[in-house]
Amino acid sequence: MGRYVVRRLLQMIPVFIGATLLIFLMVNVMGDPIAGLCGERQCDPATAAQLKKEFGLDKPVWQQYLTYMGNVFTGDFGTAFNGQKVTELMSTAFPVTIRLTIVAILFEIVIGITLGVVTGLRRGRPVDTSVLLFTLVVISVPTFVTGLLLQLLLGVEWGWIKPSVSTDATFGELIVPGLVLASVSLAYVTRLTRTSIAENRRSDYVRTAIAKGLPRQRVIVRHLLRNSLISVVTFIGTDIGALMGGAIVTERIFNIHGVGYQLYQGILRQNTQTVVGFVTVLVLVFLVANLLVDLLYAVLDPRIRYA
Amino acid sequence: MPEQYDSEGAVSSAGMGGAMDLAVTEAQTLERTPGGPEGTGPAGKPRSLWSDAWRDLRRNPVFIVSALVILFLVVISLWPSLIASGNPLKCDLAKAQEGSQPGHPFGYDGQGCDVYTRTVYGTRISISVGVLATLGVALLGSALGGLAGYFGGGWDSLMSRITDIFFAIPVVLGGLVLLSVVTSNTIWPVIGFIVLLGWTQVYRIARGSVITAKQNDYVHAARALGASDSRILLRHITPNAVAPVIVVSTIALGTYIALEATLSYLGVGLKPPTVSWGIDISAASPYIRNAPHMLLWPAGALAVTVLAFIMLGDAVRDALDPKLR
Amino acid sequence: MRGATHAKWAAGAAAVALAVTACGGGSSGSGGGDSSAVLSSSWGDPQNPLEPANTNEVQGGKVLDMIFRGLKRYDPKTGAAKDMLAEKIDTTDSQNFTVTVKSGWKFSNGEAVTAKSFVDAWNYGASLKNNQKNAYFFGYIEGYDKVHPETGKQTADTLSGLKVTGGQTFTVKLTQKFSTFPDTLGYAAFDPLPAAFFSDHAAWIKKPVGNGPYTVQSYTKGSKMSLRKWDGYPGTDKAQNGGVDLKVYTDNNTAYTDLMAGNLDLVDDVPAAQLKNVKNDLGDRYLNTPAGIIQTLAFPFYDPAWNKSGSEKVRKGLSMAINRKQITDTIFQKTRTPATDWTSPVLGTKGGFQDGLCGSSCEYNPSEAKKLVQEGGGLPGGQVKISYNADTGSHKEWVDAVCNSINNALGNDKACVGNPVGTFADFRSQITQKKMSGPFRAGWQMDYPLIQNFLQPLYYTNASSNDGHWSDKDFDKFVDQANAETDTAKAISLFQSAEKVVRDNMAAIPLWYQNGSAGWSDRLSNVALNPFSVPVYNEIKVG
Repeated sequence: MGRYVVRRLLQMIPVFIGATLLIFLMVNVMGDPIAGLCGERQCDPATAAQLKKEFGLDKPVWQQYLTYMGNVFTGDFGTAFNGQKVTELMSTAFPVTIRLTIVAILFEIVIGITLGVVTGLRRGRPVDTSVLLFTLVVISVPTFVTGLLLQLLLGVEWGWIKPSVSTDATFGELIVPGLVLASVSLAYVTRLTRTSIAENRRSDYVRTAIAKGLPRQRVIVRHLLRNSLISVVTFIGTDIGALMGGAIVTERIFNIHGVGYQLYQGILRQNTQTVVGFVTVLVLVFLVANLLVDLLYAVLDPRIRYA
Repeated sequence: MPEQYDSEGAVSSAGMGGAMDLAVTEAQTLERTPGGPEGTGPAGKPRSLWSDAWRDLRRNPVFIVSALVILFLVVISLWPSLIASGNPLKCDLAKAQEGSQPGHPFGYDGQGCDVYTRTVYGTRISISVGVLATLGVALLGSALGGLAGYFGGGWDSLMSRITDIFFAIPVVLGGLVLLSVVTSNTIWPVIGFIVLLGWTQVYRIARGSVITAKQNDYVHAARALGASDSRILLRHITPNAVAPVIVVSTIALGTYIALEATLSYLGVGLKPPTVSWGIDISAASPYIRNAPHMLLWPAGALAVTVLAFIMLGDAVRDALDPKLR
Repeated sequence: MRGATHAKWAAGAAAVALAVTACGGGSSGSGGGDSSAVLSSSWGDPQNPLEPANTNEVQGGKVLDMIFRGLKRYDPKTGAAKDMLAEKIDTTDSQNFTVTVKSGWKFSNGEAVTAKSFVDAWNYGASLKNNQKNAYFFGYIEGYDKVHPETGKQTADTLSGLKVTGGQTFTVKLTQKFSTFPDTLGYAAFDPLPAAFFSDHAAWIKKPVGNGPYTVQSYTKGSKMSLRKWDGYPGTDKAQNGGVDLKVYTDNNTAYTDLMAGNLDLVDDVPAAQLKNVKNDLGDRYLNTPAGIIQTLAFPFYDPAWNKSGSEKVRKGLSMAINRKQITDTIFQKTRTPATDWTSPVLGTKGGFQDGLCGSSCEYNPSEAKKLVQEGGGLPGGQVKISYNADTGSHKEWVDAVCNSINNALGNDKACVGNPVGTFADFRSQITQKKMSGPFRAGWQMDYPLIQNFLQPLYYTNASSNDGHWSDKDFDKFVDQANAETDTAKAISLFQSAEKVVRDNMAAIPLWYQNGSAGWSDRLSNVALNPFSVPVYNEIKVG
């Protein structure tokens, strides 16, 4: 187990370097960020040159990357063009997005798995068919349409919620945005659980357990659910990274000042420091979440032993 | 230890709105599907996975309905003038935001263009983006994945690290960064982008199924008989590995169409004068309170299309997965 | 003082007039409203650090307008430059100025505002090493070429043209005659700065300290800024409310939605998409007033296709193919006014605005448009692409409408297409690198309400905002003459002659004058926008 973790951690290093380099190059393709800082006029050449020098933009890209990574390892994520420390932006943005992600994951777990178990055990019945159809519809409608509709109906027409989230972004305010963010994944969790349950229900160990005369409840929870949850846990675990990075649309609709908002703003202003900094952290979250998921297998599935 | 639980095979994805994740996970059950083209049916006549699947599909109402919807969409994307006589680029600002009226059942949009005509013409772009991007993803992903799975070794490790890198980058974010600098108003940048960030999904499936297929007895036999690598790969392994790729691709097609709309919503997707649902939905979204018809028709068309492709993929998967029969 | 029927409004008006004693001392808000209540207002994250000489857009300008007062202030109603901290500004030759700063003013940290506060601030703003984006505002002051050379290292830290001559007096020496120089001093770049700005710059950036009616209570980067009324503010334009919470919105449609739901008090830029229902939603809690902003289409004169003989006919033809009235009525619901010259109505006819100067060239006339385009040799490449940045504003809507109008007029549905550029930064960098191949969006928001500001930066040879690189000897000559002219009326008529050169060449197609718009909740009263389309926060009453 220990050796496996070490091997995985070592494998993360090239992935981390590659992903940050890739995003660094992508942001650099976007061109000269200085031109946008001077409003509807040309920056005077002297100031522009000075700014480029200060942000290190006059150096070749590889050198910029090395300097940047060197600074990151000392905890310095640089400064945005408006003089704000990227670490400061992170310290306000990440807590918000983490709360949003928690709400979304809870929806996936509670609603997704419950619906999945119910439909999996009642395959082919009306409840199964209608839930299945509903999940397909949820998947088919783009998130931003769902979000805009919910915001209009719940926020403006019926006045059940505030149409946007305040700066504090408390859990209560994040319920609807979290549901919107989770909606597509939620549908997948349902379908995945359903498939898994249906498949495992016909497996030998479940038949054995039933034959032994174990109570139905115990069979479902101890045998069926535990084994069926492996793929679902995988999905949810890897979804954490996707949810945090993919919240751009949701955060835009509900005016949530989280990671997605900072990234969107950073991209519009071609703010290399902000974008690369946030993505670096997201990549780390993604890698660690993946590792944890793989380790969770061992706990859920005794057949797996990592050497 | 099953291939599925290997660290490289572990399902991991940061994007495509999660849609591909499911496809990947569900399709993994297929990787372990044994059997080959040499199977024999009860009637004594040779039966393959494919003919079995086709028999199933023909009787599946979900498949029939979604296939008919897709057929209809393809026909009107080829010949939109069959059902829409107007010109989608002819707009009269005086009629902006007007609702449904005779001859213009869906009303007018913010520029005074006919929503019905634009929705019909938008089909072509959405279907093209979906089909072309899926083709690109499937070809690139399965070629690279197949080779990596078959030959293994250093190339395989390198490729696996590279796919990890692509998985780690959120898709919408990558789209915002890469597409925001594009000036072309054709559909190719969007397709290129989807292929660039989407191939890794198919890569993993293809690689996994090739590894599974490689271990089958008939492959060992072929090798013992002196068959070349290319012959084994094309004649013996590909037919077995292709099913999971098809399943994943069909489901992915729908999500790519939705992705195009999302990118357009964020202002980096397709550009006018291209007529696309994504562009129209994006333009209509601020008007959702005042003139919801501008949003609902193209969004409805989009949802129906995506739904049709996902249902088709679903039906195909059920048919190709013997375990669920 | 005005009529008794508007008693509630009168206190605000008095604050503007600066003449009445009603608002003296610490007692304020005498005209009703809760003077301690706080309002919330929509905001955008400022693009640059909130230093006065570094802020060149409205969102940062909003904050500066609340926390700073300069030598001059533009009257929120008329736009006229009035003395604020300036006791007097004397000159005999329009080149050497002696400024006397009023005594008794303080920064909110207790420091006194002296002549040195101004001179230090201006030196800081001009110095190349401080990267101030508005440094060029100090370009007329002697010694600017030393502290901010176009190439090479700076050889001086301070402007030789600025000298502190007493506690409250300093002199300014310009490199040339500039008769209206005092009137430019209301611009934020000329605000004074406290010593704390220089001694602990990082702390100041975190929480700016100024001498205006509000102080910064807290600033959550990229999200929210809380400003509170400064009770010790010595000026007469004290805040009539307890403070303002500025909330950052990515999309002003969301801000408007929040206003509707009672989650926000003030939206100062009602998005085009919501205008149709604004009367229904807000009734008379909505304001639409002229602002010093003009939208034009500029052309790449560096591209020979747009700079050959006859292409002015094509430009005029395009101008006549645009149905300005229909677009401003439908897309903008009358929050834009069709432009008939190249300045802005907020200047007033006395300030140089000339209604109808453009004449028939700015009137919609499809048949004439088609004829002119043909006479001019047709559209270069058979199609015009109007470039714009797609990330902010409602640009897509009007560009599409302009294109549809051109297409309908020319009878060719491919004559014009919009060409969105993903980000403002990329749009600007394409312009700077002369990569435009067709007309492009050019918006101009005045820095100060002078006709000079609408012409010189935009059309003078190689001027900073002359994005199309248009150049005309006659135009330059008139501008030079106007700047040297000490008589204001004569200077303005010379500027108008220059503007006629712009017209005859159709150097840019004027589209419309942009209004400022604002909507507010029923908690607020006395809401107004100044000519820069920024809400006059200190006059707003809550409750």
